[in-house]
Amino acid sequence: MGWINWCEQLLETARGGAVLGPWEELNKDFYQAFVQEGRWNMYIEGIGNTLKVAVLALILGFVLGLLVAIVRTFHDQRREERSGLLLGLLNGLCRIYTTVIRGTPMMVQLLIMGFVIFKSSRNLVGIAALSFGINSGAYVAEIIRGGLMSVDAGQMEAGRSLGLNYVQTMWHIIIPQAIKNILPALGNELITLLKETSIVTVIGLRDLTKAAQLITGKIYGGFMPLFGVALIYLAMVMVLAALVNKLERRLRSSER
Amino acid sequence: MSGKGEVLIRVENLEKHFKGGQIHALNGVTADIRRGEVVVVIGPSGSGKSTFLRCLNLLERPTGGSVTFDGVDITDPKVNIDIHRQKMGMVFQHFNLFPHMTILENMTLAPVKVLKKSREEAERKALSLLERVGLADRAAAYPGQLSGGQKQRIAIVRALCMEPEVMLFDEPTSALDPEMVGEVLEVMRDLAREGMTMVVVTHEMGFAREVGSRVIFMDGGVILEENTPQELFGNPSSERLKVFLAKVL
Repeated sequence: MGWINWCEQLLETARGGAVLGPWEELNKDFYQAFVQEGRWNMYIEGIGNTLKVAVLALILGFVLGLLVAIVRTFHDQRREERSGLLLGLLNGLCRIYTTVIRGTPMMVQLLIMGFVIFKSSRNLVGIAALSFGINSGAYVAEIIRGGLMSVDAGQMEAGRSLGLNYVQTMWHIIIPQAIKNILPALGNELITLLKETSIVTVIGLRDLTKAAQLITGKIYGGFMPLFGVALIYLAMVMVLAALVNKLERRLRSSER
Repeated sequence: MSGKGEVLIRVENLEKHFKGGQIHALNGVTADIRRGEVVVVIGPSGSGKSTFLRCLNLLERPTGGSVTFDGVDITDPKVNIDIHRQKMGMVFQHFNLFPHMTILENMTLAPVKVLKKSREEAERKALSLLERVGLADRAAAYPGQLSGGQKQRIAIVRALCMEPEVMLFDEPTSALDPEMVGEVLEVMRDLAREGMTMVVVTHEMGFAREVGSRVIFMDGGVILEENTPQELFGNPSSERLKVFLAKVL
């Protein structure tokens, strides 16, 4: 642990007012930002919270988005026939949902959830995941709806003419093809979601960004912690993008 | 099963208006399709022949009139159309195979999900049908790997996997390269020989003349003439049919 002792010495020297060389300065800053007083734990806790929010929001957003997309597509495709009152009502609700969520800033939605609707709750991860899930759902819904509509109408006709009902045709024929078409857009939404979670600091959740802010305040310098978390975000996004890419290739390989 | 010659599909006063009544695709079409018959529908484009065919299995919902299939009025909104569509195979101009499934999966999906056949049974049936059209070696291929003619032969046997009582063909050779038309017509000819009831919308006059038991000429959303191929082609009575035949023959 020679390096740690050396860095401690450098800190002492700097406190005494001496000027350090650039290499020494860099080592000292790095030590302060990531190692001293076990600070790496704060980043790890932050990464944990960021990922928890992102993954939970992703699941919620996908389920919500799929439901909304199916209701809206079903409603639109049934326009010719008499679509039931319930379906019309559901469709109206879904439209209001997408309009309101896409029409207001994520930050405002988060503040409303944190300080108005759930002001007495301390489950910050839950609140954040719920807010981001609801927000993401509106975008995912539009992406999936576009995907469902992009599948050639002949596919639905072929399925129905074989005697499959609407749900069976959707499930076995339309949705698998739509997923393939929307994967790039969905991956994009995922990446946006992961990075957007950095605003959860406004409700006091200690995510990755918050960790950097806290440490910046403690060591009177933002260079190392902020660039550090920027690199961590970048690494997470790159891993995510690679995963999406792999999935895309696997789905495509089943054709021609 | 009931005997040959009995009416399988009765179409009465069928009307179809699109876009709030502005476009009249069908203006009162009445026709009977009997068991074992091969009815060929011809006519200029826009004559309503495809709409007529698509109304038979309600892919297009008629705005007036009725379609009675096997004694049941399927235009009645209370009827579960899925049950009747199982017995009406359909072949499309653009094949509409499912591109994300292998040929075998394309053919077994509906028998397994709708007829509740076991996978083995459905596959056995599918393979024997593939054998018949000479494509058994392509069972594991994806539609994207096949030629147009092969795709259409697959589409035909996919519909046959449901053991339909009637086969509807919507311009089955119109999207094919000329050298592939023959192989598809050959399969259809075999089917007709086996006694399958068929309704075929086509521009293949040779097929109509050779295989058709009856030819219907449509124009302007109505049936203008209906006769045996010999009579219809050899002795057309309406002026419009004469003009049409002069153009296509």
